[in-house]
Amino acid sequence: MIKKDVAVIGAGMTLFRRRLKETGKELSFLASKMAMEDAGIQKKDLDMVVMGTAPDAFDGIHMKGENLLDGAAGAGKPYVRVFNGGGTGVFAPIAGWWHVASGVADVCLVVAEEKMGSCYPHPQTAFRHIWDPILDRPLNPNLVWLFAMEMNRYMTVHNIKKEDIARVAVKNKRNAVGHPCAQLADPNITVDDVLNSEMMAWPVQRLDISPPSDGAAALIFVSEDVARQYTDNPIWIDGVGWNIDSTMWTNRDLYFPRYVAKAARMAYKMAGISNPRKDIDFAEPYDPFDYKELHHMEGLLLCDKGEAPILTREGVTQRDGDLPICPSGGLLGVGNPIAATMGQKVCELYWQLAGKAGKRQIPGDPRIGVGQAWGDIMQMATVMVMRR
Amino acid sequence: MENRKEEKPTYPKYAPGTHVRTSDIRDKKITYTWWEPEIQYAWSLGNAMSKFLQGLKEGKILGVHCHKCNRLIVPPRSFCEYCYGPTEDWVELKDTGTINTYSVSYLDPNANRIEEPILIGVISIDEAYPKPMGFMHYFGEMSKDEIHIGMKVKAVWKPEDEREGSINDIKYFKPLGGGE
Repeated sequence: MIKKDVAVIGAGMTLFRRRLKETGKELSFLASKMAMEDAGIQKKDLDMVVMGTAPDAFDGIHMKGENLLDGAAGAGKPYVRVFNGGGTGVFAPIAGWWHVASGVADVCLVVAEEKMGSCYPHPQTAFRHIWDPILDRPLNPNLVWLFAMEMNRYMTVHNIKKEDIARVAVKNKRNAVGHPCAQLADPNITVDDVLNSEMMAWPVQRLDISPPSDGAAALIFVSEDVARQYTDNPIWIDGVGWNIDSTMWTNRDLYFPRYVAKAARMAYKMAGISNPRKDIDFAEPYDPFDYKELHHMEGLLLCDKGEAPILTREGVTQRDGDLPICPSGGLLGVGNPIAATMGQKVCELYWQLAGKAGKRQIPGDPRIGVGQAWGDIMQMATVMVMRR
Repeated sequence: MENRKEEKPTYPKYAPGTHVRTSDIRDKKITYTWWEPEIQYAWSLGNAMSKFLQGLKEGKILGVHCHKCNRLIVPPRSFCEYCYGPTEDWVELKDTGTINTYSVSYLDPNANRIEEPILIGVISIDEAYPKPMGFMHYFGEMSKDEIHIGMKVKAVWKPEDEREGSINDIKYFKPLGGGE
């Protein structure tokens, strides 16, 4: 079924900021160029290109994939844009993986780009367009409501204190101090800072949320046949999984993301992981909100339901803990340009496993990492397992 | 050994991109173009939603069965998304339910800050199943300190002549009093 093993041999990432001067094409170019330099690859070597980029409404450019094409080294190549909301950051590399795993391409560039800063007065305005037009939109919803409702359900079912959730924001914003692209790194932030930050939609406060951002990231995938031509130390993609639950979110209990568990089981089966808690050395679960990291640790079967806040309180998820979570600094610390969070969720796996994470490096030579993204109306999960 | 490790570069080795501040745009320090789209939509409501919204206009919450999956579904649809068979047997449900989850929002739809918070959440309708089975709506006649998950609530309807076949034909859900 899978014809070729797939290796990662290079990664690139731009600065993440609320607004960047560069166009989406230019950001795609900068990230791709860095990944290609890292891998020792030129445009002529690329067999195929995958672009991941999220709602067109942010940029106001429909046919956004085509708009970004030239910047993504896609002109004159087999090129496709994939998009499934917040899940795109890991889905774009999944698509890149199957281009190579199928034996169709030996060398594939995966680019993920987002510019949220172009949308006025705030990208929240574009998010209004994702709601169901018949039942939800007449209530004038704000997207933060969704997460507030899910967070409240999760907290109430497991009797979780807000301060145990705030610890995630503190950890990730501190972890981001070692990341050159980071938008909201803060070496001095405390749990009290999070708990005292502006109330937005209870229980969500300002510092529980990742920021809107501009940015891009890129990866080079190659088949097992050519990997050794480029590097002595390829990092392997061992498993991929994705799953989406019903759009009728008011008919689902939001306390546990069962679609994440399904996607994780798919990826773990492919990777031959029978005991994820023991076999996985570190993880990059999607953390657009602090509670989401905990929710997703549980969905990824890295702990029991309701146990993630306890592990966090005990320091297990710190960079030097037994199960480092979001060593990149995550979305909370590095920023949240939707699709381009591939930089934290997949590029970071590569940098950590290749021993290239420098100031962010997890001690103890980690061997297996899992990255995950999440999106749509609390329904989409995308998972990737990588191995040294 | 520790020192050698610290000498390794941190990847990405550089972070390309030029930060632009909101003030840079306001003060025209960078060039930009501006576009305000004008686009409108009219959605036909389809078979299931037309019937449901007609029900709301008549002051009724309607549900529909999937007998195969043993579901009494609200909001109703033409098919069951799990077994993928057609739904059947529409019924009127009592307009009472339980708060499944909620938020106290200080944000309007455009992320502007508001003083008086909006109480919003998911109501699991009493007679529908399996739980949670319901929809999003506002809450009223309760304070942000009183609202809680598990609270019993009842729909407050607009006067009949003001209903137009919309989710807003229900004004909000209020606490269910002891005598109701």
